[in-house]
Amino acid sequence: MSLLWDLPLRLAFWLLLAPLVPGLINRIKAWVAGRRGPPLLQLYYDLARLWRKQVVMSSLASPGFILGPAVAWVAVVVAALLLPLGPAGTVLGFSGDALALVYLLALARFATAWAAMETGSAFEGMGVVREVSFAVLAEGSILSALLALGVQSHSLALNQMLAPTVGTGSALLAAGLFTVLLAENCRVPFDDPNTHLELTMIHEVMVLDHSGPPLAAILHGASVKLLLFSVLLVQAVLPVANLPAPAAAALLAGGVLGVVVGIGLVESLIARLAFRKVPLLLTTAFLLCLFALLVAWKGGAG
Amino acid sequence: MNASGLNLLIAVAMGLNLLALGSGRVSSLIRAVSFQGMALGAMPFLLSHEFSPWVTLVAVATIVGKGWVIPLLLGRAMRAANIERETDPLIGFVPSLLLGAGGTIAAVGLARILPLRPEHAGSLLVPGALASMLTGFILLIGRNKALSQVCGYLILENGIYLFGLLLIHTTPLLVEAGILLDVTVGVFVIGIIVDRIQRAFDTLDTRKLTVLRE
Repeated sequence: MSLLWDLPLRLAFWLLLAPLVPGLINRIKAWVAGRRGPPLLQLYYDLARLWRKQVVMSSLASPGFILGPAVAWVAVVVAALLLPLGPAGTVLGFSGDALALVYLLALARFATAWAAMETGSAFEGMGVVREVSFAVLAEGSILSALLALGVQSHSLALNQMLAPTVGTGSALLAAGLFTVLLAENCRVPFDDPNTHLELTMIHEVMVLDHSGPPLAAILHGASVKLLLFSVLLVQAVLPVANLPAPAAAALLAGGVLGVVVGIGLVESLIARLAFRKVPLLLTTAFLLCLFALLVAWKGGAG
Repeated sequence: MNASGLNLLIAVAMGLNLLALGSGRVSSLIRAVSFQGMALGAMPFLLSHEFSPWVTLVAVATIVGKGWVIPLLLGRAMRAANIERETDPLIGFVPSLLLGAGGTIAAVGLARILPLRPEHAGSLLVPGALASMLTGFILLIGRNKALSQVCGYLILENGIYLFGLLLIHTTPLLVEAGILLDVTVGVFVIGIIVDRIQRAFDTLDTRKLTVLRE
């Protein structure tokens, strides 16, 4: 397929499918709790509604207040485009794109934090501090997970890295990356996406002052990030790329669905952690990824 | 098959080390020690090539002793002393977890340098032993409840047991059986002492025990 067709198709896949993921998670949570729950397409409706609204802007804020969410959204979408998609492979891939992925996600976080502090609210500053201090630990985990995959495949291109051999390392990697996924996307043991209680919010605090299209960009970017992490997790653990195309596509879709169901079950069955416990769990995730790296390194040499 | 099964068990024991370092509840610490004891007890089966009643006896005694009897005694002491969790340890949970992980990685690296016999070169026995001993030391130094320190001592002993497995074909298992008996009696005595400390001092914080008084 030519680049001209491939790129728009991929873009459409990420942009259109991503808002489905939070809807699915909410349905699962509702099912476990015995409620009817919001419709599956709720986030699409929300995005359409927010897009039509006007922006309320503080007189103190600079244009960075609008620019931040836009930069974050673009960074997350570009990071998603870097990720190979099972049988379709990658379109923008180059050697070292794994690091580009990590730094694009970091750029997105920086832009969100910057926009949050634009209004000068001390409250949002607190949210930024929490988000960034947890991100330090989560980022170390992602880096060591990617390093483990790199050592395993002797490559730094995501296309070759995400063709793992299944073993002990994959189990460690799966547990570590799933925990990081929960932390990075502000899911339950770390942060509650539904809460609006001042003392416990992390991510939600940062977006309190946003409205209209910028808020839509933030919400949509968050859903793309969630889908990105699920796809990354599935491809890092299951040998998707080695299978024939239809089976690989089915395995990828099934794996992502499994991850989504897992998130829904975790959110329903586990209470959120006390703040002091969060670094402990994140350190555990980091160690899981580090030991996956150790297994990859020892297995490669021995 | 046997070698990979053994390595898997040792890897589980190393994971339990980290679990013991990261857990704040004394009950989960005891559970980690108990599972580690059971994993260690199963190892002689995988190491000996032919069936022998003596090895089986010692292995079963280890599984029962370390997996059930000792945890039971510790659990009873814990309930008698009415403590559930470790509060403000000397070395915090995250630092001790990182120390333990660093030690485990260092142990794996060190075992490559050591001049081991060829049949032990690919095995995790030596790294596992070093990592468990280090974990035991960290628990002994970093925790200030007597029961957590006992668990540290047990993990330290597990590490020494792992080292002993290197010599399983030459050392009589009588030594292992004797050690097992010693440890069980030791924990039994400690259970009584913990109760005494609790009654005399109203706490199990060992920092309070450094002051002499009438």
